[in-house]
Amino acid sequence: MNEVMEKIERYQVPKKENLWQKTANLRTSILYLSPAIVLFSVFVFYPMFKTVYLSFFLTDARGNAALFVGLENYLYLFDSTSFKKSMKATWLFALYTVPSIVLISFFLALLANEKLRGIGFFRTIFTSTMGMSVAASAVIWLFLFHPTVGVLNTLLGYLGIRPIPWLLDSKWALVSIAITTIWMNIGFSFLIILGGLQNISQDLYESARIDGAGYFYQLFRITIPLLSPTLFFILIITFINSFQSFGQVDILTKGGPAEATNLIVYAIYQDAFINYQFGTASARAVILFFMVLGLTLLQFKFLEKKVHYQ
Amino acid sequence: MNTGRTTLIYALLFISALILFFPILYAVSVSFMDGKDVFNRALLPSSFSFDNYKKVFSSVPLLHYLKNSFVVSSLVTIGQLTVASLAAYVFAFIPFKGRDFLFIVVLATLMIPWEATMISNFLTVQHLGWVNSYRALTIPFFASAFGIFLLRQHFKSIPYELYEAAQIEGLTRFQIFYRVVLPYSRMSLVTLGIYSFLTTWNMYLWPLLVTTNDSVRTIQIGLKQLQTVEVATEWGVVMAGVVVAILPTLILIFISQKQLQKGLTQGALK
Repeated sequence: MNEVMEKIERYQVPKKENLWQKTANLRTSILYLSPAIVLFSVFVFYPMFKTVYLSFFLTDARGNAALFVGLENYLYLFDSTSFKKSMKATWLFALYTVPSIVLISFFLALLANEKLRGIGFFRTIFTSTMGMSVAASAVIWLFLFHPTVGVLNTLLGYLGIRPIPWLLDSKWALVSIAITTIWMNIGFSFLIILGGLQNISQDLYESARIDGAGYFYQLFRITIPLLSPTLFFILIITFINSFQSFGQVDILTKGGPAEATNLIVYAIYQDAFINYQFGTASARAVILFFMVLGLTLLQFKFLEKKVHYQ
Repeated sequence: MNTGRTTLIYALLFISALILFFPILYAVSVSFMDGKDVFNRALLPSSFSFDNYKKVFSSVPLLHYLKNSFVVSSLVTIGQLTVASLAAYVFAFIPFKGRDFLFIVVLATLMIPWEATMISNFLTVQHLGWVNSYRALTIPFFASAFGIFLLRQHFKSIPYELYEAAQIEGLTRFQIFYRVVLPYSRMSLVTLGIYSFLTTWNMYLWPLLVTTNDSVRTIQIGLKQLQTVEVATEWGVVMAGVVVAILPTLILIFISQKQLQKGLTQGALK
């Protein structure tokens, strides 16, 4: 018996990994991650750098950098009334849409969080606009806003409201696009906020009810504080989405009237793909990037704070 | 619960649902109207006919666009699921030096809006000769940081003992991925799949840029085309096109509302 053990010990391979075995994890990881790494490099990081690069150049009609002009493209933009108009429209649009989307979705989620018979039906209806594409939504609203056959003014007429020049007037045009956008975005926000509501533990409400707390006390002392991370998440996402709006502008107004709805992405599109000004279009794109970056950093700051509190 | 409160909530639910769903209901209603009804701003069609649907399929190649949308959305869904699940598997289970850094790099892509890179991406795609091909509409979207993040969160909820047990059983890394992790996370894969399909189906700006003829044009661009061709005279036909375009995604939402809500909120908020 002892002899056998000795033999085994003698033949046992020393338990020391060589380099090949040591890097096994690394090799598998690189292999599995490579599709993502390659795709992100080609379609996210490279084009981001290229866009920054192009923003310092004048380009030919095919998008090749032709002449280095430094910050000229940016200075040109900051000086142009058209750019100022576009920026003003972009921020005003965010102001019109973001608070409305969050508030309406929150309201709908509160309603749909009640435990009632048939509530599933309402939840599905409230989520439905998430399935609506921007093209389909914009075409439907184009019809609703139509000055002669549009039914919206007719319906408002029943409420005693005079006909509104929806897409024809430069002030109302931005409102019209905002209404379309609010409607389209409610589905997704509703879904996320409802999910957040359902994650709140029922025990809290139970004990509040035992203490005799009313609906609004529960709403402001339990629901809103505990839901605030979700609400903040939706706020930022909606904000970023509003900066990225394009399809509704393209179908409803084409940036008009008088450039009143020339939101930043539509301006990029026109600069690059209609006027072939890839340099200034890239400068606009870089500005968009920084706007979104600012919002994302705000989101991270908030998350950090949340971690501190816990 | 007292009845007064219940009645009030039901009333609010009904009114909200009616207002929110009105544009969709009305689009369906208009799709059955003739020109006279549209002109009179009727709410319901005076007679019921499928003429508009017949017309819309003959005035633009709508079936062809639908097919394109199905192909593109399915390919992107499969691509995203494959790329994201492989990456998420590494981020959840296989430790190596520099993994956390790579994960931050992936998350950093969330800060770069697609619209900020579209000019360069368009030039790339043009340079590769991909314009008017499925490649341009699908490959750039195969990697999704959101998808990787969502799946990683779900993979991390798999007990690590299960992973170790599979290792002791002698399963290779790929076998563990394929036979343990993926089946265990079926629900989150379905959620991501539905979400990818929806967002791809509804994509507008990119297909507008990279399709210059009918060959791979998607239904969304078909709608824009329809609206410019038919507008002013034939709103019924345009609405028939809209209904055809929204039907697949609406059905998907109706089937999967619960699933999406659970899957997305877990990924987005945890």
